Amino acid sequence: MAEAHPVGFQWVMEAKRKGAKVFHVDPRFTRTSAVADEYVPIRAGTDIALLGGVVRYILDNELDFREYVLAYTNAATIVSEEFSDTEDGDGFFSGFDPETGTYVQDSWQYEGHEGSSGSGHTAQERDSAAGLTHESHGAPVGGQTRRDETLQHPRCVYQILKRHFSRYTPEMVERVCGISQAQFLELARAWTANSGRNRTGMLIYSVGWTQHSVGVQYIRTGAIIQLLLGNMGRPGGGVMALRGHASIQGSTDIPTLFNLLPGYLPMPHHAEHPSFDEWVDSIRHPGQKGFWGNARSFAASLLKAYWGDAATPENDFCYGYLPRLTGDHGTYQQVLNMIDGKIKGYFLLGQNPAVGSAHGRAQRLGMANLDWLVVRDLFMIESATFWQNGPEVTTGEIVPEECRTEVFFLPAASHVEKEGTFTQTQRLLQWREKAVEPPGDARSELWFFYHLGHKLREKLADSPLPRDRALLDLTWDYPTHGPHAEPSAEAVLREINGYDVATGRPLSGFAEARADGSTAIGCWIYSGVYADGVNQAARRRSRHEQDWVAAEWGWAWPANRRILYNRASADPDGNPWSERKRYVWWDAEKSEWTGYDVPDFEKTKPPSYRPPAGASGPEGIAGDDPFVMQGDGKGWLYAPSGVLDGPLPTHYEPVESPVRNPLYGQQANPTRKMYAHPVNSVNPSPPQEHAQVFPYVFTVSRLTEHHTAGAMSRTVSPLAELQPEMFVEVSPALAGEVGLTHLGWAHLVSGRAVIEAKVLVTDRLTPLRVDGRIIHQVWLPYHFGFEGLVTGDSANDLFGISLDPNVLIQESKVGTCDVRPGRRPIGPALLELVADYQRRAGIVPGQHAPAVTTDDEGKEHGAS
Amino acid sequence: MGLRTFIEGWPVYRQLTGTDPLGRGAAAKSDVSRALTARTDTADSVARSVCPYCAVGCGQRVFVKDGRVSQIEGDPDSPISRGRLCPKGSASKSLVTSPLRQTTVRYRRPYSTQWEDLELDTALDMIADRILAAREQTWEDVDTQGRPLNRTLGISSLGGATLDNEENYLIKKLFTAMGALQIENQARI
Ligand code: SF4
Repeated sequence: MAEAHPVGFQWVMEAKRKGAKVFHVDPRFTRTSAVADEYVPIRAGTDIALLGGVVRYILDNELDFREYVLAYTNAATIVSEEFSDTEDGDGFFSGFDPETGTYVQDSWQYEGHEGSSGSGHTAQERDSAAGLTHESHGAPVGGQTRRDETLQHPRCVYQILKRHFSRYTPEMVERVCGISQAQFLELARAWTANSGRNRTGMLIYSVGWTQHSVGVQYIRTGAIIQLLLGNMGRPGGGVMALRGHASIQGSTDIPTLFNLLPGYLPMPHHAEHPSFDEWVDSIRHPGQKGFWGNARSFAASLLKAYWGDAATPENDFCYGYLPRLTGDHGTYQQVLNMIDGKIKGYFLLGQNPAVGSAHGRAQRLGMANLDWLVVRDLFMIESATFWQNGPEVTTGEIVPEECRTEVFFLPAASHVEKEGTFTQTQRLLQWREKAVEPPGDARSELWFFYHLGHKLREKLADSPLPRDRALLDLTWDYPTHGPHAEPSAEAVLREINGYDVATGRPLSGFAEARADGSTAIGCWIYSGVYADGVNQAARRRSRHEQDWVAAEWGWAWPANRRILYNRASADPDGNPWSERKRYVWWDAEKSEWTGYDVPDFEKTKPPSYRPPAGASGPEGIAGDDPFVMQGDGKGWLYAPSGVLDGPLPTHYEPVESPVRNPLYGQQANPTRKMYAHPVNSVNPSPPQEHAQVFPYVFTVSRLTEHHTAGAMSRTVSPLAELQPEMFVEVSPALAGEVGLTHLGWAHLVSGRAVIEAKVLVTDRLTPLRVDGRIIHQVWLPYHFGFEGLVTGDSANDLFGISLDPNVLIQESKVGTCDVRPGRRPIGPALLELVADYQRRAGIVPGQHAPAVTTDDEGKEHGAS
Repeated sequence: MGLRTFIEGWPVYRQLTGTDPLGRGAAAKSDVSRALTARTDTADSVARSVCPYCAVGCGQRVFVKDGRVSQIEGDPDSPISRGRLCPKGSASKSLVTSPLRQTTVRYRRPYSTQWEDLELDTALDMIADRILAAREQTWEDVDTQGRPLNRTLGISSLGGATLDNEENYLIKKLFTAMGALQIENQARI
């Protein structure tokens, strides 16, 4: 965090000054480690084993915050007797379908809900990255559940959790992660001792957790611990995601993502959602408790914002205009389709996949096989010049005279040359004022898309084709200003906020959303950002003039709430758990919720409220159910649906690992998304043969002085000067083993690529003793490419394409490679070297190991 | 220079008679540094902004002189950053004023070995034509069972996490209306 989110890290240091104990878990010793109380080196890709060890430690020693756990989580809920755990299935839960490599989730449900709720078969959900829709709300589950408040029932969640993690002992943590038992126990003790009524512990992660084939389950394990310890919804608690771009949170909320519409509404699927009613019901789940019950209003209001007068209740608000998913249309599938010639045109809007995405060669070959490419950026990036300067030009794989891709480079406006909002990592929207006009032809995306939209509509004005109606009926009339006719970002923000269709009055929040076409809302979770016709995101009351919650600086979704589920900061009766941790509480005199933050609860619903039998929607949420976006109002220790690779996290080895999974016969996540394509490959892992061809683990991350794929830092002289060269960090032991010299060269080889880097021999990398042998890890920054002031080979070229099943994120925080001294070969010799490694490793491009691990005798594990 | 001016210009004199007995402030100031003014003092305007790099969201003040960015500093009012910026945020002025920035449209024809110039409006027009052609070639009205698809899989887009919410909103809205659903950004990776 000190490296990649330095200014945010000041708050960790403030907490430390006030007595907080800081643990830093990382494969590499960083600036964060240097000031932490304890640095815990870990083998990349084994965090679930570590965190699972903490869960076991909590449960075995009964250190959970019992009152919180009983009242606010599903610990007492009883699960179907059809459910069987990975302990019984050697790494598989019940319901695995080897045919599709996905689960049928019926047996995971709460007792009495088998088959009646949840996702059922998940193959289609995996393709549409359906897990992402849960960013704003829980997965479906029936509202009424059977519970055992004594937590003794063998099938209650608490007992299932206990059994599931029973083998995640300190010895096992040491064996899997390479963390000593003493250090593990110190971490577990500190975490539990600093949680409870009077104290809270906080968990902070970044893409070191998400970019894995089990990324979502990493976060789930963290959430389980934080729920068990009562650290959710309370000040100083929580699971903090540190996101990596100025508005990456915003671009998920208002998604430029294939599977989502604004506010986490799913993009419709051709078979699942043929009609508006079926689409809406799939979101709101009739009969379910919680606020998601109002989904019809949110959906209708979005379509109304899109298609205005043309959208009426009679025509289902033009639902028919929406394009439909049929499967996986994610960025990696797209790139493979480009290589196969299926995609005509590609827009790159401030993103540089030639350097920033996994398997850089596949990215560049894909771009070299388009009809046209539009690059909008501040600088001439690698993704615009691959046809001229890319590594494939040197190897002869891309010949400029034979490369057909027509490239348009359009300069973009910088952050000071346009106005608008970024949503930072805590869901806070901050408006930026415009300082100067953009230079020359540089324009904002707002300008580009607004005017592109007008051009398209002009060209189609006389079109009789039904398919052009969606463009022609679109509301697209934003006021413009200035010399370049820049559209008004405030007008767009007002539409995002939503308005009353008849009067144009901006809505005050999503509670005003209606399903009858009388409201239009561009993104329901942002409703309120323009309440009273005031740009709330532009508020800048100084921190000196308000309390520590700083509610008048910018605007947080939803409803300017700074801590989600903050009802949990009070006990079931509505009183603060302790004076020290007072945040939101029930004021009995005024009969309302009050506190420092906007209460995440209906303001006047008393703690004593009990729903009438059969109540659904918000009415079904009891006065002591803080998790109001969950179908049962509870925090989920166990997820009966919504997580595709299991109701509980399980340690699987990374897709590429030198280590045989010590916990289960199943080696890697059996539900991971794999692509059998000639350009793609996976290095062998045990129990497959030839794993020793790639004996070392590599991991990548950021430098303080560079940003992502380098387009905004390798082009900026002070930053380029601070970090001028691509390098690889290796331990002295590995340097000795391989014959590397400090400041000399090394090259690294995977089944996809070979890259070179300067060698930094350093104790920052610790050789780890894992399962009786030494595992060496090397570390690389991933910022370098072949354009800019400083250049170098791209670390992401080493990775293949394997994805997490829930959100289709790639495993790009861990892989295997070989490390060799000296510089890499160039030209065709480079290709020969990779081909030689592929031969030795038995890699056949286009084929991958079966999802289900097969042992030496050819026996499949678990999937009986 | 008269004797009096000479003596008063002497730092020790100023140190002993002025408000700076330790001689670390005004007393020690030279004429040169007295004549200096901060770029932030002489700015024509200041814009309240936010750092464009990571998602911490540090507050920035962008100082403008003669229509150009003259300085970017941390915003001391921000409860997030309390005026601080890391090396990247501090380099924001170099970012926006970098001589490497492209300020004109560049165009590479198929099979060409070089870039050419192109008018912005022409580029926009050509891109619009290519979108319509790609839709024409790849449009899917219905699936094999006659259920609506309303889409093109011939167009892709990548990027959004560095852009404004308002921009992402228009991007998604326009692409959705044209039937293009292969829209992705950094959040996926
Ligand atoms: S100044 Fe540094 S920490 Fe702050 S937002 Fe910018 S990049 Fe992030």
